[in-house]
Amino acid sequence: MTSVLQAQGLGRKYGKRWALRECTIDIPAGHVVGLVGPNGAGKTTLLKLASGQLEPSAGGITVLGGRPAGGPAQLAKVGFVAQDTPVYAGLSIADHLRLGARLNPRWDATMARERIARLGLDPTQRAGKLSGGQRAQLALTVGLAKRPELLILDEPVASLDPLARREFLQGLMEATVEHKFSVVLSSHLVSDLERVCDFLIVLVDSRVQVAGEVDKLMATHHRLTGPRRDPDRLPADQHVVSARHTDRQSTYVIRTDAPIHDPAWTVTQLSLEDLVLAYMDKHTADRRVALEVQR
Amino acid sequence: MIWLTWRQFRGSAAMMAALLVLLAVALALTGPGLAADYSAGIAACTQDNTCDRFYDQFLGGHDTEFMALTLVVLLLPALAGLFWGAPLITRELEAGTHLLVWNQSITRGRWLAVKLALTGLTAMAFAGLCGLMVTWWSDPLDKSAAEGLALMAPLVFGARGIAPMGYAAFAFVLGITVGMLVRRTLPAMALTLAVFAAIQLAMPLLVRPHLMSPVTATFELGRTNVDNLNIPQDGGALPRVSLNSAVPGHLGSWVLANNLLDPSGRLIPASGEGAAIKVSTTSGPCAPSAGPGEGCIVEINRLGYRQQATYQPLERFWPFQWMETGIYALFTLGLTLLSFRWIRRRLS
Repeated sequence: MTSVLQAQGLGRKYGKRWALRECTIDIPAGHVVGLVGPNGAGKTTLLKLASGQLEPSAGGITVLGGRPAGGPAQLAKVGFVAQDTPVYAGLSIADHLRLGARLNPRWDATMARERIARLGLDPTQRAGKLSGGQRAQLALTVGLAKRPELLILDEPVASLDPLARREFLQGLMEATVEHKFSVVLSSHLVSDLERVCDFLIVLVDSRVQVAGEVDKLMATHHRLTGPRRDPDRLPADQHVVSARHTDRQSTYVIRTDAPIHDPAWTVTQLSLEDLVLAYMDKHTADRRVALEVQR
Repeated sequence: MIWLTWRQFRGSAAMMAALLVLLAVALALTGPGLAADYSAGIAACTQDNTCDRFYDQFLGGHDTEFMALTLVVLLLPALAGLFWGAPLITRELEAGTHLLVWNQSITRGRWLAVKLALTGLTAMAFAGLCGLMVTWWSDPLDKSAAEGLALMAPLVFGARGIAPMGYAAFAFVLGITVGMLVRRTLPAMALTLAVFAAIQLAMPLLVRPHLMSPVTATFELGRTNVDNLNIPQDGGALPRVSLNSAVPGHLGSWVLANNLLDPSGRLIPASGEGAAIKVSTTSGPCAPSAGPGEGCIVEINRLGYRQQATYQPLERFWPFQWMETGIYALFTLGLTLLSFRWIRRRLS
């Protein structure tokens, strides 16, 4: 299977601060990829690197086998819907569709028109007068009608109310089923991604914590609850994601490919949200320790 | 891309065009009358040799329009830089729409090329047309103006001929470049204005006088170059002469240096003890009793006092226009290259 996105040691610095570092991932084609992490984790940076809006400070990235924004052909293959779904406030919806038609060789005018009609939007209306949800739908329509092989969406639903979120994601899903393209979308909320993604990347503090197909992630992560035990007494093939201890009890979230036979543990299935939170928690726990040591 | 540029630009372009048409109509209606007045006046004044006075009266009668039009042509390029150049990129950055348009199947370089060419050429065309229209209209007035308002003088030179076109191109690209660096519309506009104004001042002060080496020559004193002859009324003291920034027979020239020479060819300082003219004020044409007038100047002239002027003659108007426009074209080219590099490498 071919890759839509390959990064090796990818990093990007703003001044002295690394917004993204040592990012090595390989996303196979045909997935809806969720990129999740807290605000400021580097999600937008990674997506901008993938769309060629930013140049890497370190490492390399190829998207659909080419250099991001390397030329008109590469740009035509990758669609990008930016954070807050910007549109030209002074132009009408019809103008936006015309813009797409003029600037994209593979523009699907019929699809764009039908989509706008299905959403019940008036093509003569100015984009500046649309609601947040309608504006997001317009930006998505422009992104979809470009007929990209990969569509990148940066926090597309962040500013939408729950109903508009559902409609937006539903529209996106219908389009992926119909036109067979890969999607990478970011969010700081797992619940947004849970329904639509089959591949997940967790990005915390400018590093990729884990990346993989959702099914596989769910099958390899477990929560262990039992009598208090130090992490170094766990088997070597069990990687601790997060750990919590009370006086008597320990709770671990671990990653392992092997089955768990230790009868002392109560093993529970994690939800996707728990899994992501465990990775974020691990990070904050590290930082807490570091702070305490400093004191 | 051409369609998009036009779609975003047509509003302000149409407004600008409408204003320009209004100006053109006003100039077309009044221009021929002005030219006719001038020829009639010249025909009358050459008979009794009073053309100096006619020039003064003719220019004085139209100085408001003259100054207003000159100002319009001087301001137009700055406006192009401020309102078309500076916001070209900052507006996209502030609204985030650069992420929309630069992710269509078109490179940023191409986007900038079309925007820059279309808007820039329009700005140049407007400024050029406006400049040439005003040049045509004010031709009779330019022929009558001297000193600070002379055609070659800094104030007027930049508002005539083809130079406004060069200024507009430069101001526009300057606005774009500053916008890329500053990334916010209002600061970019302010900085564009400041830099453009500084360059527009530096050009006539530092560069333009040296485009061709100026002519230095001596002239007899007369009505054209003598501003004021000061004969002290209390007797005994010597008279003083102050000079106009004009040279006889070369109306419209730009006088860079202007001095009075005494009969032995030495410079007479503008003020102080040495500034006095050594001519008798107790008797003869320079005595207070002889009354003010030409007589004294003729006498001073006879004694050998001369004006020594360093100037750029009017005949160099078009060579200077081409050189100046060329210099601004080079600036424009340099900034254009810089902005293309910048948009590919730095901007996101």
